[in-house]
Parts: sequence; structure tokens; C-alpha cells
Amino acid sequence: MRREKKRTEKAAASATIESGAGLLRELVAHLRQNRTQLREEWARRIREAELLTAMSQEEIFSEATSVYDNYVEVLETGSVEALQAYARNLSERIIPRGVETHEVLGIVLLLRDVLARSLFQKYQDDFDLLNRVLDAYEPAANRIANTVGVSFVEQRERVIREQQEAIRELSTPVLQVRERLLILPIIGVIDSQRARQLTEQLLRGIRTNRAKVVVVDITGVPAIDSAVANHLVQTVEASRLMGASVIITGLSSEIAQTLVTIGVDLSKMNAVGDLQGGIEEAERLLGYKVIEVKETAAEEPAA
Amino acid sequence: MQVPILKQRDYLIASIQSVLSDADLLRLRDDLSERVGQYRSRGVIVDVTVLDVIDSFATRTLRAVAHMLKLRGAETVIVGIQPEVAFTMVQLGLTLEGVGTALDLEEGLAYLDRKTKRTPHDAK
Repeated sequence: MRREKKRTEKAAASATIESGAGLLRELVAHLRQNRTQLREEWARRIREAELLTAMSQEEIFSEATSVYDNYVEVLETGSVEALQAYARNLSERIIPRGVETHEVLGIVLLLRDVLARSLFQKYQDDFDLLNRVLDAYEPAANRIANTVGVSFVEQRERVIREQQEAIRELSTPVLQVRERLLILPIIGVIDSQRARQLTEQLLRGIRTNRAKVVVVDITGVPAIDSAVANHLVQTVEASRLMGASVIITGLSSEIAQTLVTIGVDLSKMNAVGDLQGGIEEAERLLGYKVIEVKETAAEEPAA
Repeated sequence: MQVPILKQRDYLIASIQSVLSDADLLRLRDDLSERVGQYRSRGVIVDVTVLDVIDSFATRTLRAVAHMLKLRGAETVIVGIQPEVAFTMVQLGLTLEGVGTALDLEEGLAYLDRKTKRTPHDAK
């Protein structure tokens, strides 16, 4: 009796869903109908797989609801724009909390799996229809998974780019320590782009501060390659053309060894052991003389 | 276009006003060489502030000027090389070796004062 009824229902259903669009409509109706149950199932699976551990259960459930509704909407309309915007927004919120790419992909694939299973269950008696339903469902589902994954990765890349930019901005200060004396402390790895930017800033600094001596301190640079070393030599030369002499300080023994091994011409470089020595040398070049004021000597005449 | 050469006490100042052709550069070289003898100058400043490009010919000529004037008894200093120009020159391998350089006219004068003070004439 029950099976009888089911079969007639199904016959009616297959009549209305001849075309792919019809199938999708049927699919969407099914997903809407079982929204609560499927959503819960999905949240449970996420929990089981120990994904999104950075978020609380309530948060996962509310995000899952939004993703679910967006998912169904994409299946219905075929347009991924709203989902894209949502995925971007979601990524923006969860990236700072340390959610990884594999987790985001994992939950989307889980949803895909949960929905596919519910379809199997629904159409298990009619293999033909199930095949056609899957034909309609799979490409759309793949597209959704793709969209979410790409949005997340794009967002991540954007964050990384912004941070790189920020580091670059911060990392090359040109400081004046005395009249006509600049120091340029370099910290971190120098790549060729940063080396170039550094040179530009230094040369501009020389002009604006009317510097005669520049101390470039590379204590904080762990390693140097031949391109960067040559760039450093070029910077020294260019500074000379602008009438400033450059003192390099803080060459570590590793870097010194590298420079000698790769055969960079260092005859034009004025190198001093550490920053203090560099500044003292610069003061000497500029004609400054630092004299210690002895407290007792100052007090003597009063006594 | 001819480069005006001004006499300022013991020094000559050649202030380049616009982009120079190769012929102009050669003429500048000859003029400077002649004037140094004429005024018995002890230093020459070549101001290149307005130049956006200093190519290999200009570099070679400026170097030749410096070495020539040295033989005629005058120090030469090139002043006003812009940051971008300086970096481009270095990348092209044009480094003006053996030629004095300074930031601007004022620095150039200070440079010449320092340099010429060491001649036996002053050291007596």
C-alpha cells in the first residue's frame, strides 16, 4: 500500500521534471523542505570531523545556516554572485581567527556530501531518476565548492599582500642622527624589490636632509645573495654621485664570507664592525668630536 | 645651447641650463679648458641639476673634463645629480670614477675649498 502510493507520487514527479531545470527546481524544493534536518546533519558532521575548531558550536550553526541558504539559492538561480560576496565576507571574518584553507574546503565538501546522501535516500528506488538528479546537482555543487574555495584563497592572498605592503612600508626608515648624518637600519631579508626601494628612499633622504655621510646598518639582515650585494654596491656608488659617502656596518661573518665567496667588488665599500663604530667613523668624517663631560671637572671651580 | 661659465673668485661655475647635445658637451669641455687657463682658476663646478638623463657620452666627457682640468691645475666637482639619475647611471655602470661629486652648488664650493686648501700654495 505504502509502496504503491510512493510509486504513483514518483511517476507524477518524474513527469514534471523532464528537463534539467525542472530537476533542479525539484531539488531545491527538497532542500528547502528538509532544511532543518539537513542543516543539523551538516553541523554534526562538521563537529565530528573536528573542523572549524576555532569557532563555537553556535557560531558554526549560524554560519552553516547562512551557507546552506546561499547554497540552495545558487542551485535555484544559478548565479554565484551572492554566494561569492558572502564567502568573501565570511573569509574576512574567519581568517583572523586562524581558520585554515583545508577547513573551509572541508565543510563545503561535507555539505555537498550531506546533500548528495539525502538525494540518494530520496531517489533510491528509481535509479534512472537519481542519475538525472545527480547530473543536474553535481555541476552546480562543484561550482559552489569552487566558488567558496576560490573566494577564501583570494581573501587570504589579499590579507597576505596587505601585510607584505605594511612590512615594506615599516621596514626601511631613513633617520637623521646628526646634522648631515643619516642612518639606515635594515632589518629582515632583503629581496631585490626591497633593495630597490631602499636605494630610492636613501637617495631621496640624502637630497632632502642634505646628508654627507650615511651609515647603513645591516646587523638585522640574516643573509644576502649576489644580486642584493651588487645592489648594495650600486647604492654606495649612487650615493657618492650625490656627494654622500656610505659606511656599511654590522656585516655578520656569514655575510662577509658570502660576499667574499661570490666575489663582489668591495673595494669601494667603507665597512665598519658595528653601528657604534660606524657612527663614530661618520662623526670623524664630518669633523665632530665627542667629548665626555666629567661631572667632577664641572663642579671643581665652584668648590 | 651654450653653457654659461661664471667666474667666482678662484672658481669657475658652469651651470647647465637645458639638455645638452654631444656637440654642446664638447664645446663646454673646450670652453672650460680655455677659461681655466685664462682666469688661472683653481676649481671648477659643473652643475647638472636640470639634467634628467646623463648618458655614457656625457659621463665620459665629464670625466675627461675633470682629468683635463686637473692637468691644467684645477679641481673639478660635479654637483646636483638627481637621485633617479644617480641610480640609473650606476646601473649602466657609469660611475664617474676619479671625479669629485657633491650634492649641490653650496656643497660643491665647500668641497673645492677643502680640496684646494691642500695645495702647496696655501700650506706654506
